[in-house]
Amino acid sequence: MRRYSAFAIAREALRHHKGWERAWRSPEPRPRYDAIIVGAGGHGLATAYFLGKNHGLKNVAIIEKGWLGGGNTGRNTTIIRSNYLQDPSAAIYEKARSLYETISQDLNYNVMFSPRGVIMLAQTHHEVRGYQRTAHANALQGVQTEWIGPERVKELCPIINLDGPRYPVLGGLWQARGGTARHDAVAWGYARACSAMGMDIIQQCEVTGVRSSNGQVMGVETTKGPIDCDKLGVVVAGHSGVLAEMAGFRLPIESVSLQALVSEPIKPCMDVVVMANTVHGYMSQSDKGEMVIGGGTDGYNNYTQRGSFHHVEETVRALIETFPMISRLKMLRQWGGIVDVTGDRSPIISKTPLGNCFINCGWGTGGFKAIPGSGWAMAELMAKGGSTLADAFSLDRFREGRFIDESVAAGVAH
Amino acid sequence: MLILDCPCCGRAADETELEGGGEAHLTRFGPGASDDDFERYLFLRGNPKGVHFERWRHAYGCGKWFLAARCTTTLEVFGTYAAQTTAPPPEIVAAIKARRPNWEAPV
Repeated sequence: MRRYSAFAIAREALRHHKGWERAWRSPEPRPRYDAIIVGAGGHGLATAYFLGKNHGLKNVAIIEKGWLGGGNTGRNTTIIRSNYLQDPSAAIYEKARSLYETISQDLNYNVMFSPRGVIMLAQTHHEVRGYQRTAHANALQGVQTEWIGPERVKELCPIINLDGPRYPVLGGLWQARGGTARHDAVAWGYARACSAMGMDIIQQCEVTGVRSSNGQVMGVETTKGPIDCDKLGVVVAGHSGVLAEMAGFRLPIESVSLQALVSEPIKPCMDVVVMANTVHGYMSQSDKGEMVIGGGTDGYNNYTQRGSFHHVEETVRALIETFPMISRLKMLRQWGGIVDVTGDRSPIISKTPLGNCFINCGWGTGGFKAIPGSGWAMAELMAKGGSTLADAFSLDRFREGRFIDESVAAGVAH
Repeated sequence: MLILDCPCCGRAADETELEGGGEAHLTRFGPGASDDDFERYLFLRGNPKGVHFERWRHAYGCGKWFLAARCTTTLEVFGTYAAQTTAPPPEIVAAIKARRPNWEAPV
């Protein structure tokens, strides 16, 4: 891998940019690997990256049905935060956030991490108490957050309307070190680093079956033929249920469509991320100037990557109350992603009933922020059979009633 | 927009009138059941990509529960039927088979 640097740009400028190499190889699959990761999204690629980097496991293939980073990694609203209430959540999301701080240097790939700060608005007295509690919990967890009053909210985000007729802004939970990143670049950066370690990223290759013998995974059937492996990691978000059926078990997961939309680009007007959970909308401004808006999930199972129109209407209505100046903005694009939602709104990073088959799923409506931490924990689990970050997120917590209940702490798509 | 015919009041209801209630035909377990049965009833879901049987409530209409057979990839509706059933009725199965010849009922 040739490193990217200011010097490299100068060098290539002098020879008409003919020396840039492809960021990753696209090889045909070999018959056998030590480990196969299904799903080349952010979480899958991060898992492969840390298998190689932290555990020396480099004979790895990452198999992708479509194109790399083309699922939820390329469809989210790029928010990064770690202000969760429960200890296991705070630990893994804070690990991820801290890894985002150095990810561009670690990968030699600019993911444009922008720690611009995230405010979660409190618009009911219930939310005020809830976020004050979260701020105290975060202080104990070592996550830097702060409860702020309405004046400070207005100072941080001047375009906000504090005196909404129905839901006035009563304060907010402020995480100054949260922010956004270029979502595609996270997948591309990990892919380039994985390829440089000798891993094979196989795109346009769909897994059609999971082969097993005596309760142990043996490999996968794919549209490019069978591939053997010692260990299998399933990291496929919305399609986890489909893969689980192939492997012969059920998951406590339902897949629904979550929408987002962006406006036409406008001049810089907002340099923080604002989430309004009561009225259900969240917004930030991209570097191109588009207002990036997150919508709601459909209330029923679907795999359509589209979503219902009335959710867009509800989200936009809420945001116009909160930010009156956006009322005349035209919306440029709208899209949906299939999110895998668990009963307690927390992810699953776990062994499965099938031996040497591991699953990382259930990130639901908020997985992008967790990518580096999720990969770190999943790689440790696959390599060592356990991980301090992942153990609380095991599949048997539903059977045992050990929920990590974040549905009350962030009962909103994020 | 998803439109379902409510079999209780006979009206065609669009999704803003309805509330989804998740997978239908789950076997219920109560006190004394094994951990496996209880986990299966409370949490584990088929979550199919394709034909899905599900519960709905006509929340902003007649307020009653009913069941629907629907495709989760195309949003095609195969039919709605009464909630007081433990398995999809034959006419619903026939409607699904007519559109999805290779479909087999989940076990």
